[in-house]
Amino acid sequence: MTSHNLTMKAKVYVTLKPSVLDPQGKAIHHSVELLGFENVADVRQGKYFEIALSSELSEPEAQTVVEKIAKDILANPVIEDYKVEIVQ
Amino acid sequence: MKFGVIVFPGSNCDHDAYHVVSKHVGQPVDFVWHKETDLSGYDAVIIPGGFSYGDYLRAGALAQFSPVMKAVKDFAEKGKFVFGVCNGFQILCEADLLPGALMRNRNLHFVCQHVNIRVENGNTPYTSELVKNEVLTIPVAHAEGNYVCNDETFAQLESNNQIVFRYCDTNGEATDEANPNGSRSNIAGICNRRGNVLGMMPHPERACEELLGSNDGRDIFCSLTNAIAKSN
Repeated sequence: MTSHNLTMKAKVYVTLKPSVLDPQGKAIHHSVELLGFENVADVRQGKYFEIALSSELSEPEAQTVVEKIAKDILANPVIEDYKVEIVQ
Repeated sequence: MKFGVIVFPGSNCDHDAYHVVSKHVGQPVDFVWHKETDLSGYDAVIIPGGFSYGDYLRAGALAQFSPVMKAVKDFAEKGKFVFGVCNGFQILCEADLLPGALMRNRNLHFVCQHVNIRVENGNTPYTSELVKNEVLTIPVAHAEGNYVCNDETFAQLESNNQIVFRYCDTNGEATDEANPNGSRSNIAGICNRRGNVLGMMPHPERACEELLGSNDGRDIFCSLTNAIAKSN
């Protein structure tokens, strides 16, 4: 039996729903323009989480668990959407 | 009659709320640490302003998982009074005791000033001493007070008279200039359908003494006290 435990990792992206205004993204967009970058149509700010998971979980189980974490804690479903990726 | 003021790590308006209830309302009040799980001795709880859990993740997001919040939900379910101010309002929205969410202010500034708010519903347990369209001067102090909700929720709030306060100018007009944070439809405070849970961004506990520039907040606390007396 190998002691080499591969840790599974989840990446969670939380973004504002398209219908929700993002004043911070707007301010960042403004600064990007001030810096001279052209052709930037819009900036939306979001959050990114890395979650280390115990290796006993199968990938579908991990997906289910992290989806629940994202829904219950990481994102506020009133204003935000989330996306979960499981990586080995 | 007994009030509880819930204290989370990072609450900082708890002493103001306690002061107003004990000195101006003249009722017994306890601080209730967020690890408590029993609210059976209380008639009303105040969820005060501040920065619970440092506003980490989202304002109010982590406080909703404190042990006391399960008790607060049961308390509200029983029809007891739950009054959230500022961070307390944010916590009540995150905990789903009130609909919608509070986002970063439209201008990204921390706004700290006296504002005018108009009473939209004078028939709640928190506004019975006030009349519809009355204008109060109450301070705000927040960076995330921009109330958002979807169209369906907004329609429900309106049809059930759940919008209790709106930001307005000195004449009582809910103009865009009088809106300090970009809240949808100038919303400053809402209640649940039953009316026993109220959340508002302005701080009535900071407006109970002439010395502090306004005592308009007293009527809100007096209304609540009357409502408790009637319910007991």
